Amino acid sequence: MAKHETPLLDQLESGPWPSFVSDIKQEAEARAKNEKGVEYQIPVDVCEDLLGVLELSFKHGRTHWKHGGIVGVFGYGGGVIGRYCDQPEMFPGVAHFHTMRVNQPGGKFYTAEYLRQLCDLWDMRGSGLTNMHGSTGDIILLGTTTPQLEEIFWELTHTYNQDLGGSGSNLRTPADCVGEARCEWSCYDTQALCYHLTQEYQDELHRPAFPYKFKFKFDGCPNCCVASIARADISFIGTWKDDIRLDQEAVAAYVGGELPPNAGSHAGRDWGPFDIQKEVIDLCPTECMSYADGKLAIDNRECNRCMHCISVMPRALRIGNDRGCSILVGAKAPILDGAQMSTLLIPFIKVEEPYDEIKEVIENIWDWWMEEGKNRERLGELMKRQGFQKLLEMCNLKPDPRMVQEPRTNPYIFWKEDEVPGGFQRDIKEFRKHHLR
Amino acid sequence: MPTVEYGGKTFTVDEDGFIDSFDNWNEEWVQLVKEAEGIDELTDEHWKTVQVLQDYYKKNGIAPMVRILSKVTGFKLKHIYELFPSGPGKGACKMAGLPKPTGCV
Repeated sequence: MAKHETPLLDQLESGPWPSFVSDIKQEAEARAKNEKGVEYQIPVDVCEDLLGVLELSFKHGRTHWKHGGIVGVFGYGGGVIGRYCDQPEMFPGVAHFHTMRVNQPGGKFYTAEYLRQLCDLWDMRGSGLTNMHGSTGDIILLGTTTPQLEEIFWELTHTYNQDLGGSGSNLRTPADCVGEARCEWSCYDTQALCYHLTQEYQDELHRPAFPYKFKFKFDGCPNCCVASIARADISFIGTWKDDIRLDQEAVAAYVGGELPPNAGSHAGRDWGPFDIQKEVIDLCPTECMSYADGKLAIDNRECNRCMHCISVMPRALRIGNDRGCSILVGAKAPILDGAQMSTLLIPFIKVEEPYDEIKEVIENIWDWWMEEGKNRERLGELMKRQGFQKLLEMCNLKPDPRMVQEPRTNPYIFWKEDEVPGGFQRDIKEFRKHHLR
Repeated sequence: MPTVEYGGKTFTVDEDGFIDSFDNWNEEWVQLVKEAEGIDELTDEHWKTVQVLQDYYKKNGIAPMVRILSKVTGFKLKHIYELFPSGPGKGACKMAGLPKPTGCV
C-alpha cells in the first residue's frame, strides 16, 4: 500500500516507454522491504514522498520546491544543488532533497563493479534515485539531506577515488563524445583531452572564480555527438587538414548494393536502391565531388569536411590522416540576450599531449573574460558586447576569413588611432582655413 | 522559519542557515556561524572579509563578485577558502549576514 494516492502519476505507468513512475515505485518498495538490511540514513519513504509531491504538482500545475538552496562540502564552492520541499509537513521524506553532481568518466564507460559500489553508497545515504546523466554529463545523485553531504563526499573520495562535478559560476564538468574508443571518425582522442583538461582545471571546477558558468565539450568530428557547438562556451570539434581517404572498391560495393548506405540507418523504410549521384554527389554542400566511370573523385581543396559523404559510405570514405580540432567559442542558452551557437575562433589546432597550445587558448580567454566579464555574463555575451576583434586580440590571433560567415554589411567601422595617418587630434582652425563657415 | 539562540540573542534563519535580514546581524551571529562553517579561530582576516562584504552590500545592495572580493581584500580565492572552507558564498556571505546567493548554483 503506497503512502500517497497517485492517480495522475499512475497513468504514466502504461505505454511502451520505460516508466519513471514504475521505477520509482519499485525503489520505494525495495526500501520498504529492505531485504539487505541497509541502515538508511535518510527517510525510508523518501521515494514515496517524492511521488506524493510530484502528484501534488501534477494536480496544481506548479512546482513544490522552494527557491534556491545553498549547501555543499567544505573546500568546494559547488557540486551540490540544495533543494527543500515547500510542503515539508505533508512530505517529510523530501523536506531536504539535495542533488549531488558526481564527475563522470570519459564517454560514460563503466564497470558493473563501479556502479554497484556507487549504488550501495547511495542506497544507504541517499534516496536511491539518480539521473544518468545530467545534460552537462555528471552522474546525478538525486535527493539526500544536508548531514549526509560530507559523509557521501568522504566515501566517494576515500573509498571510490571519485570527485564531485561542478556547479555555480565556475568551470562545469567537461564532457566528451565516445571518441576513438569506438568511432572511426574521431579526429583526436576526445576522452584523453577531456580527462586531461578536467584534471588540469580542478581548481576552476570546484571553486567558483568566474563571472558566470563556463563549459567545455569535446567532439571527435563535426557530427558533434556531444553537441559541443550548442552547449559549451568552448567547443573542441575534431577535423582534418589533408585528403579524405578513398577506397574505390568499397565505393563500388555501395553502388552495387552489397553495402547499405549510412550503415543501414534507413533500413526501416524502402528508399529504393542506393543512388550515389542523388544521395552523395548532389548533396555535397560545396559540390566538390564527382562520380564517373565507376570512380569517385573529391576535390579536397573545396571540401568543408561536413561529414555527409563519410556518414553515408563509412566503409569507403575515411577521415584524413593530418588530424586536429577546431576551437569554437561562445555557445549559450537564450538568457539574457539570446541563444548562441559557438563561433569559429581557431580553424585548426593540433591535439597533442601535453596540450599546451590548447591550454594557452583557454587561459587567454579566461584572462579576458574574468577581467572584463560582468556579473553573470557568459563568454558569448562578452563577445557581443566588446566585439570579436577584442577576443582575437586577447588570444593573439590574426583575423581570418574563416572566422566570419559573411563580412559586415553596415559601415560603422572602428579604426585604431595609429592606423589613421595624422591621428585623431585635429584643430578646427586648421580646417577653417580651407572651408569657410 | 526556524529560530536559533546564541549568546542570549535570537536569530531567524532559513534551512541553509542564512539570516533572515541583514539588519538583524550582530557579532554573536558571527560566533554562531563560525562553528557550522568549519572555522576554528576567527582572525583579523575573517573580520576584514566580513567588513568588506558588508560595506559593499550596504553601498550596492548586492554581494560583490568573487574577483572584486579578492581585489579589495587582497586575498586570493585560495586564501578565502582557507579562511572560509565553504567558500565566499556559503561561508563568508553567510557570516556577514548577506542574503543567500541565488541563481544557477
